[in-house]
Amino acid sequence: MDYFLTEEQDMIVEIARQITDEQIIPNRAELDEKDEFPREILNSMGQADLFGVPIPEEYGGFGGGCLDIVLALEQLGRGCIGVATAFAASALGIYPIMISGSEEMKQKYLPPVAAGKKFAAFGLTEANAGSDASGIQTTAVLDGDEWVINGTKQWITNGGEAQIYTVVAITDRKKGARGASMFVVEEGDPGFTCGPKEKKMGIRASSTTELIFKDCRIPKDRLIGRKGTGFITVMKTLDSSRPGIAALGLGIGQACIDEAATYAKQRIQFGKPIISFQAVQHMLADMAIQLEASRALVYSAAKHIDAHPKDMSKVSSMCKVMATDMAMKVSTDAVQVMGGYGYMREYPVEKMMRDAKILQIYEGTNQVQRNVVGQELNKEYSRK
Amino acid sequence: MKIIVCVKQVPDAKDVRLDPETNTLAREGVQSIMNPYDQHAVEEAVRLKEKLGGEVTVLSMGPPQAVDVLKQAISCGADHAVLVSDRAFAGADTWATSYTLAKAVNKIGAFDLILCGKQAIDGDTAQVGPGLAIQLKIPFVTCVQKIRDASESELVMERMMDDGYDVVAVDYPMLLTVVKDLNEPRVPSLKGKMRAKKAEIQVLSAEDVGADSAKIGLAGSPTQVVDVFPPPPRGERAILSGSIDEQVEQLVEKLAAYL
Repeated sequence: MDYFLTEEQDMIVEIARQITDEQIIPNRAELDEKDEFPREILNSMGQADLFGVPIPEEYGGFGGGCLDIVLALEQLGRGCIGVATAFAASALGIYPIMISGSEEMKQKYLPPVAAGKKFAAFGLTEANAGSDASGIQTTAVLDGDEWVINGTKQWITNGGEAQIYTVVAITDRKKGARGASMFVVEEGDPGFTCGPKEKKMGIRASSTTELIFKDCRIPKDRLIGRKGTGFITVMKTLDSSRPGIAALGLGIGQACIDEAATYAKQRIQFGKPIISFQAVQHMLADMAIQLEASRALVYSAAKHIDAHPKDMSKVSSMCKVMATDMAMKVSTDAVQVMGGYGYMREYPVEKMMRDAKILQIYEGTNQVQRNVVGQELNKEYSRK
Repeated sequence: MKIIVCVKQVPDAKDVRLDPETNTLAREGVQSIMNPYDQHAVEEAVRLKEKLGGEVTVLSMGPPQAVDVLKQAISCGADHAVLVSDRAFAGADTWATSYTLAKAVNKIGAFDLILCGKQAIDGDTAQVGPGLAIQLKIPFVTCVQKIRDASESELVMERMMDDGYDVVAVDYPMLLTVVKDLNEPRVPSLKGKMRAKKAEIQVLSAEDVGADSAKIGLAGSPTQVVDVFPPPPRGERAILSGSIDEQVEQLVEKLAAYL
């Protein structure tokens, strides 16, 4: 379907497609097998200005909106969402600075990320604080001109690979949600280390580690925005980033249909290519219908978000749920269409099915996304 | 440093068809790309510019649609682009093409280095680079696989040979033709693509470059193609399988059929 993209958007798609076809697809199986961080590919994305897409022009970026980043991530996700997650997590890591950071902070941190010279990471999740962010244990206490951070973040994408970390910590426990603040922690800050790489089911090219703070001291001006605004920044960050996760779902969905349909045309059983059997055709048709419907919602949601509406959370959650549930369903069906071959590591759909599962979990589980949509509906209908 | 890179628009080798009437390449509806060797020449020019400063001008002789490959070069880091395009150039062989490019280079002005791909994947002659150097009376090195050292005064490089490589040092100005081992061409950048979109490509005619009409196009070409024909098909072949004894048995059987 033609979505009437602008000339600039076509350029983003072309560049992301070229990197995906020439660099990600030929290397994805090995990166997955070896749990290897795709440094070279990310460097090449940096050189092609892809990291600059969401960053304003005055900080060396392209000044793109939600749809622009969605288009890039859809292409990258078609290749490997492990690689794409490493890319997306860097954008996620700097959103708090873009949303709430001071001018000096933006000047300092955004240009090197836009140029792909530094990676960022976002640290929210902890052992007892996932969907329920109020369970955060990490604290930050002001001591003279320095903040002292203590605590451990868990499952942080780009941990150990990023140079810039945006981290949530409690600055006043009595104030509940208004007692959290966000900080920038840099690689090498005293008292800050990253744990070993986690062993994951999928997206194995991406690095996932703990962030460990033991009396980590950082300058006072590393506070992002005002004290106590941490949760607001987190919510705005996730509202902006979730359509990107939906886009990864579109990428996987497209890749699975490409693989399954190509296979179904080549695989001969009972003297015919299996695509000529209605049972297989209907599966492929359902995959294509769900993918296109999801794409239409994700693109529309991204355009809607680019207009900075009030109901951003609802729309952002809706598209994340739809496109990532689709990715899980379509990747499972692609394995089914390809039968025994689909289950083998020799073919890429096995990895796609393992990878797809994370999309329903990270950046807010799909259950939490439904909560958001449900609560918004509840509010809307109380007013009527 | 002033660097000129010669690039050619060629049909994508993935999509080559012959016109059954004329036995020449069918260009209608075939995807055009930048000659792959030339992509490595552009990449090296941009790397030399990044190291030593200066500017990169890409030059192509071809029909108006060849601006596409010039824009691609700009999106990958070239600064300027010149297209020499004139109906009078049609049918040029490698010598007439070298002459025309030399005229265009003189029009562009002073240069230190000219880079060309080793050969174009459509004609496969590998003659235009050396021909251009002869026309310009400058030294040339073909099949460069690595630049070992680049300074303001000279280049030290490896020239690929059948059984290894030569190390060659040459003072500017010079012309190099390059092979694919030289580098890994970069993906165009977003800013490069935006620049390419806005870039104005200078288009020069035969008259603009001051070309002698007797030396260009078909009339100026010492090579005349008399006939183009596909090579005769190879004879029937078969691969035998099974144990050695079985294969020998099959072979004897096949040979016996000819007796």
